[in-house]
Amino acid sequence: MREFDYRRAGDVAGAVALLGADPDTRYLGGGTNLVDLMKTGVERPTRLIDIRELPLDRVESTRDGGLRIGATVTNADLAAHPEVRRRYPALAQAVLAGASGQLRNMATVGGNLLQRTRCGYFTDVTQPCNKRIPGSGCPAVEGEHHNHAILGASEHCVAVHPSDMAVPLTAFDAVVHYETADGPGELPLTEFYLPVGGTPHLETALPAGALITAVVLPPAPVAARSRYRKVRERASYAFAIGSLAAALDIGDGVVREARLALGAVASRPWRARAAEEVLTGAPAVPETYAAAAEAELAAARPLPHNGYKVALMRNLVVAVLTELAEEAAR
Amino acid sequence: MTTVTATETATRAPSVGTARTRVEGVEKVTGAARYAGEIPFTDLAHGWLALSTVARGRISALGTDAVLAMPGVLAVLDHRNALRLNTDFPSLLGMRPDPTCAVFQHDQVPHVGWPVALVVAETSEQAREAAESLVVHYEPEPHTTDFTAETPDAYALDGVMPALTEKGDIEAELAASAVVLDAEYTTPEEHHNPMEPHAATAVWDEDRLEVVDSNQGATWVGGDLANFFSLDPAAVRVRSEHVGGGFGSKGVRAHQVAAAMAARVLGRPVRVVMTRRQMFTLAGHRSPTVQRIRLGADAEGRLRALEHRALSHTSTVHEFVEPSAGVARVMYDADAHRTENRVVRLDVPSPTFMRAPGEAPGSFALESALDELAVACGLDPIELRLRNDAERGPVSGLPFAGRRLADCFREGARRFGWADRDPRPGTRRDGRWLLGTGTAAASFQAGAAPSTATATAHPDGTFTVRIAAADIGTGARTALTLVAADALGVAPERVRVRIGDSAFGPAMIAGGSMGTRSWSWAVTIAAEELRERLALGADIPAEGITVRSDTTAAIGALAAAERHSFGAQFAEVAVDVGTGEVRVRRMLGIFAAGRIINPLTARSQFLGGMTWGISMALHEEALRDRASGGLVGADLAGYHVATHADVPRIEADWIEDPDPDDPVGIKGIGEIGIVGAAAAIANAVWHATGARHRDLPISPDRVLTAGAPDA
Repeated sequence: MREFDYRRAGDVAGAVALLGADPDTRYLGGGTNLVDLMKTGVERPTRLIDIRELPLDRVESTRDGGLRIGATVTNADLAAHPEVRRRYPALAQAVLAGASGQLRNMATVGGNLLQRTRCGYFTDVTQPCNKRIPGSGCPAVEGEHHNHAILGASEHCVAVHPSDMAVPLTAFDAVVHYETADGPGELPLTEFYLPVGGTPHLETALPAGALITAVVLPPAPVAARSRYRKVRERASYAFAIGSLAAALDIGDGVVREARLALGAVASRPWRARAAEEVLTGAPAVPETYAAAAEAELAAARPLPHNGYKVALMRNLVVAVLTELAEEAAR
Repeated sequence: MTTVTATETATRAPSVGTARTRVEGVEKVTGAARYAGEIPFTDLAHGWLALSTVARGRISALGTDAVLAMPGVLAVLDHRNALRLNTDFPSLLGMRPDPTCAVFQHDQVPHVGWPVALVVAETSEQAREAAESLVVHYEPEPHTTDFTAETPDAYALDGVMPALTEKGDIEAELAASAVVLDAEYTTPEEHHNPMEPHAATAVWDEDRLEVVDSNQGATWVGGDLANFFSLDPAAVRVRSEHVGGGFGSKGVRAHQVAAAMAARVLGRPVRVVMTRRQMFTLAGHRSPTVQRIRLGADAEGRLRALEHRALSHTSTVHEFVEPSAGVARVMYDADAHRTENRVVRLDVPSPTFMRAPGEAPGSFALESALDELAVACGLDPIELRLRNDAERGPVSGLPFAGRRLADCFREGARRFGWADRDPRPGTRRDGRWLLGTGTAAASFQAGAAPSTATATAHPDGTFTVRIAAADIGTGARTALTLVAADALGVAPERVRVRIGDSAFGPAMIAGGSMGTRSWSWAVTIAAEELRERLALGADIPAEGITVRSDTTAAIGALAAAERHSFGAQFAEVAVDVGTGEVRVRRMLGIFAAGRIINPLTARSQFLGGMTWGISMALHEEALRDRASGGLVGADLAGYHVATHADVPRIEADWIEDPDPDDPVGIKGIGEIGIVGAAAAIANAVWHATGARHRDLPISPDRVLTAGAPDA
């Protein structure tokens, strides 16, 4: 393990100033991903700025009826928050579907958004990887890619984003707030992650040196009836092979509003706008849900060994929307 | 001085058979028990292995100078400066030692993860930093790691058993059979992954070598180290007090040899610990298998033909065969009977023994095939097995020294509620889940190997038993305490059992489900002789009275017989064919596995084996990258085993089955829990969905691809 410098930030401005423009400095939240990557040599920061003592650990209602989630709120606290559970149940479910109790006690909301892919080539420094070493190649395309992307990938990278939490946040139009030396800024989560293209090493649109301070959820009454379903190879403590955050508002047998985001299918949580378009105003019946899934998955470009994900996501969309509709009818 | 007489014991109830927590349990749960990697040494230096990143080729250059200049670095050992080792000697079971352990003897690289250098530094962090900075240049050569049934280079290989057995005319019997099954089954590469990584510290005192290690047999490791370094066996002492799991992986490995080599060069203690990732190439693994099974039966389901052919891989430097077809030689007879174990050499790390070698993958194939045959015959799968329960060894013709397989099935069926089972697949539903039940038979060899032990009576009325046994988490230390107490006729609290030290003399390893039986035999003989000596009324001097035993002659005199444990496995699963998820809902294993010494830890052994069966059925799979020849996701995030949430209500129990030829009645229980477990789950998945899964693991993609039930 490389030696590194460790600093603890007392306030946001101080943290941003400490990091400055140094590309080899990292903010340290819960460390549940960064520290692992430092052990394996994927990350080699020369300096860590510990931000866990910053006053960003609150979940607060916004004036317009949304929620402002501080960047250092732990996953455990987020999932347990009564307003999260009441207004955005899929978000609480997604957080609880991730990691383990110990990890959720450490992991933070900001860090969750910035966690790195678990692609086995990315995490093995003896392998080429365009994310780690731009231009070195992507062995997953020809190699092991059972759990890789079917949407939005490129020949340069087919890795998926591992976050559960970010999937419902994407469905609910969350906005990421950040601070830089030049002042604050914000990015809708749907624009937060960059398309893969030829630059898979550039993962987010955050300006250099920016510190995430909060994630703000706008009011979304539809989210009160929402669900997160995660499919994985074992019952617990595994990343998704496919997941879905969905919210459905039905009136008079017709879908009035729908929110859908797919997880573990792309380099970012995949907002399913094509599916939402098919759903909105259509009869709330399984045929509609299947058509919505087909509309979204028409863009899927599976690799030789992950074609099952297309069927998985189609089935998942139909199953979860059917459940939500049945719940609404009760 | 105290005189101990046997009269105390006349009415004492046996300790064997009573449930006891581990004698070292408090030490372990409070952290007082020290494991090999955390025992302090004065002036300790730390070695870190650097492993090859190419799958085949030769080392052309090593950037040693840059590494030697790094902070704290003391030495770099590689093929240019390493001590020459003797590698020409018989190791365990007469096999040659795995050359992966004989580190730095040449510049050839036979697989990814081959040790190319050891960097030694003042601290573990410095050593790791330097080892990971070491630049190694290779002249790579083309490699192949593709494992397929079609390989033309496979050859039959004897391992712990003959490669081939054959009787009768398979083709003729198949042609004459009313029902024929011909199917291919595959299992993936699997890794032991004990919780505690391999760790060893070596110290030299003149020409005496002492190693503190975590292993499955101190005498075995000590003997091999003596051979590698051309030392008198008495000049090597290996201690291994607590072991956090082994499963076949903790024998002689590269880390002990490298540590001993570096300690010799530096003249100070050197510790080498493996990382989890290194264990995936240095600790051995279970080979993937391709198994072809052909069964022919008459209209009543009686087997006329049984052919079981198994293929596994081995490395280019070491021959190890996973003897999957061996299970058919025990389980079922047929008029024509043919079994075959073959290997193909690939540019992969050397495989080795892993919990139930042969039986684990072999039982998946054979017991799945029996289930398929039962369906084809329109017979209940238990009834099919009862009709084909072998009366004598199908190949050997020898009588069984106990075969209560049918009783295991009857007891298991009763407790599992098998009688109510609707045989039709794909008909039971609980919400999104399809439900099914399955069963399979289990067997594992029961054996004993020569061991020595000493029993000492002390003046204070206590006793010390010494034997080079290994408690790899099984509870062996506690079991031996109960065995010794009964043989001495005293309460277990008066008996101290000391294990894990090669100075105690030769003893069987913790392996082959033979450890506790072999050690108990030696302990019983020593303790009984001591008891007889004390019965004469002798005064006990301060140094105590010690009796030594050696079971070589007694075990050699055992009559030839088919000696095995048996069992019946049951599983209920839930399958969502829309998402591919498979969850086990309950399991039951009933075993006839000899006398049970400690019901508490024995139950854990069975449950642990059955849990391995869940992992094998649904989760475990090491994925090998064709291009690099290495594994992808070689850590516990990428290589999945069952979590708590995957382990449902599991019950394990046993029926009376004492071995008539063993002084304590033991057969051995370390491995049989996994045997048949994966097949029971796979058979349950068929019952749930109507889809037959012949490839493990039964992962969501496979379930999704297999689709919904036809029914």
